[in-house]
Amino acid sequence: MQKHWLDQPRNVRLLWRAFLGVLVATVLAEFLVHLHPHFEIESLFAFHAWYGFLACALMIIVARVLAFLLKRRDSYYDRSDHD
Amino acid sequence: MIEWLAHPGLVLLLGAMLLPFLRARARAAAVLVLPLLALILVWRLPDGAGLSAQWLGYQLTPISLDKLSRLFATIFSIMAFGGGLFALAQPSRLELPAAYLYAGAAIGVVLAGDLISVFVFWELMAVGSTLVLWSAGTAAAWAASRRYVMIHLLGGVILFAGISGHVLGTGDTAFVRMAPDSIAHWLILIGFLVNAGAPPLSAWLPDAYPEASWSGTVFLSAFTTKTAVYVLLRGFPGTEFLIWVGLFMVFYGIVYALLENDMRRILAYSIVNQVGFMIAGIGIGTEMALNGAAAHAFTHIIYKGLLLMSAGSVLFATGKRKCSELGGLFHSMPAATICGIIGALAISSFPLTSGFVSKSMVSQAAADGHLTWVWLALAAASAGVFLHAGIKFPWFVFFQKDSGLRPADPPANMRWAMYGFSFLCLAIGVWPEALYRLLPHAVAYEPYTAAHVLTQLQLLLFSGLAFFVMLPWLKRTLTITLDTDWVYRVFLPALAMAAGRGIGGIQKGMLRGGAAIGARLSIAIRRHQRADGFLMRSRPTSVMAFWAMLVLLAYLIVNYIQ
Repeated sequence: MQKHWLDQPRNVRLLWRAFLGVLVATVLAEFLVHLHPHFEIESLFAFHAWYGFLACALMIIVARVLAFLLKRRDSYYDRSDHD
Repeated sequence: MIEWLAHPGLVLLLGAMLLPFLRARARAAAVLVLPLLALILVWRLPDGAGLSAQWLGYQLTPISLDKLSRLFATIFSIMAFGGGLFALAQPSRLELPAAYLYAGAAIGVVLAGDLISVFVFWELMAVGSTLVLWSAGTAAAWAASRRYVMIHLLGGVILFAGISGHVLGTGDTAFVRMAPDSIAHWLILIGFLVNAGAPPLSAWLPDAYPEASWSGTVFLSAFTTKTAVYVLLRGFPGTEFLIWVGLFMVFYGIVYALLENDMRRILAYSIVNQVGFMIAGIGIGTEMALNGAAAHAFTHIIYKGLLLMSAGSVLFATGKRKCSELGGLFHSMPAATICGIIGALAISSFPLTSGFVSKSMVSQAAADGHLTWVWLALAAASAGVFLHAGIKFPWFVFFQKDSGLRPADPPANMRWAMYGFSFLCLAIGVWPEALYRLLPHAVAYEPYTAAHVLTQLQLLLFSGLAFFVMLPWLKRTLTITLDTDWVYRVFLPALAMAAGRGIGGIQKGMLRGGAAIGARLSIAIRRHQRADGFLMRSRPTSVMAFWAMLVLLAYLIVNYIQ
C-alpha cells in the first residue's frame, strides 16, 4: 500500500517548521497591525501569544492535579450500574 | 382547532407519531420534509401572540413569536433536518420518532409565551430525550437513561414549584423577564440551570449523552442545553450571578475534557464548556452580550452537531469510542476527518468559521463593560477550547499513532449531513451579516478587524503549541475522572445499603426484645379485661364530660397563645 504523505517523517518535520514559522509571523505582525487594547495588560508585547500558551499550560497542570485525585479505571462504575 | 396544526413544534411532534407507520422511501421523505415544514411555518407565522387558549382559568399562549424565539426555532428546525438526514439509516425504529418528539418539544418551549406551555414542552423534551437514549438498546444506555430521567424529573419538579409560586404571586402566566428576587424565581432559575448543565449537577450531561447511539448523540447535543440558554436569555438576562456560573462551566468543561479518553465524552464536556460562554454572556446582560449568547447558541448547535456526526461516523464504522483505541483514521475516512476538522476549527473560533463571529461578541461585551477578570477568564477559556476540543478531538481520533484501522467513510446520507453543516460553519464565518440580522438586538459589531483576527490567531496558535509541547502529559489512559454523579451512583447507594443494614439490625433487635415485652404486655392487658378490670369498668358520664371539657380548654388555650 502506498504510504500517505503525512506518514513520512520528513513531511511531518516540514509541517512543524511551517507551524513554527506561522507562530513567529503572528507575533511579528504586531509591528504592522495597530492593536487597540481594551485593558492595560493587553498592551504588553505579544500578550495573546504568551497568555494563550501559559493559560493552556496552567489548565493542563490543573487537570493533572485533578487526575491525581479523581482518576479511576474506566470500568469503575460497571459493577454498580448494570445490576 | 386547525390553526393548532400550524404550530411548528406540533408538526414535528405529530409527525414523529406517524414515522413508525411509514416504510422505506415514504419514511425517508417524511424525515426530511417535517423539519423543513416546521422551518417554513416558523418564518410564515407573524410576530406577537398567535394562538391563545384558556385552561383552568389560566391564559395560555403556545405561540408567541419575536426575534429571539424565531432564531432558536430556526436553528432547532435546521438541526432536526441535519440530524434526520444523518440518522436515516439508523436501524432503531424508535430513535428518529423520539428525536423528532424531542425536537418538536424544544421548538414548543421557544415559541411558548406563557410559563405553563413552557413547562409542558419542557417535560415532553425530557421524555423525548430519554427515549432517544433508550433506543441505543445497550445496558449502559439503559442505566444512564435512568439516571438522566431522574435528574430531569428533579429539575422539572423544581421548575414546576417555581412556576406555581410565580403564577400564584403575580396572577399572571406570561413568560416575562424575572429576577432572582423571590423563592419562586430562584426555583425557576435553578430548574432552568439544571437543564443547562450548570453545577453542581452538570455530570448528568457527560454521563448520559455519550451512551446514545452513533446518531442519537447528535440530537441530544442540540436541544436540552440550548432551550435552557433560551429561557435564561428571556427570563434572566443580566443576572450577575450567571457570569460566575458560566465561567465555572467553561473551565470545568475544559479540565474534564482534557482528562477524558472517550471521544464523545470529550465532546459532551465541551458542550458544558460552550454553554458556559453563553451563560456568562447572559449574566453580563448588555445587548452585545445577549446577542453574543444567542448567536453562539446558534453556531454552537451546528458545529457541535457536526463534531458529533464526525465522531458518530467513526463509531458507526469502527464500533470504538476510546481515543486510546483510535488514531490514524484520516487514511481511510477523509470526509469524516475534514468535516471533523472544520467543526473543530469552528468550536475554537478560528477566523472564517462561525465560532469566530459569535463567541467574540461575548468577550467584546466583557471588554466594553471593563470587566477585566471576566475578559481574562474568557480569553484563557477560548485558548482552552482549542486545546480540549479543537485539537484534541481530531488529533486523537484521526491522527496520533496509527491504530491500523482502515474503515471506510460513512454512507452518502451521513456524508451529506456533514457537508451541509460544514458549509454552514464556514458560510456563517464568512458572511456573518446574515446571522447578525436574526439576532434579538441590533448589531453594531465588526468581527473582522485586523487586530481581532491577529490576536485571536496568536491566542489559538500558541495554545496549539502548548498542546504539542505538553503532549506527553495528555497521553490517553484507560481511565475516567470522577464527577458529581459519583454522589448518586456510588456514595448514596452505599449509604442506603449501610442504612438498610443498620435498620435491619435494629429491626431484628426490636423483634427479639419486642416479643418479650409483647408477651408481658398481653398478660397485663388480659388481667384488666376481667369484669372488674380497669378496661372493663363502667364510668359515670360526668367523668367523660370532665375530660372532654379539659381537652376543649386546652385547645382554647393553645389557640389563644397562637
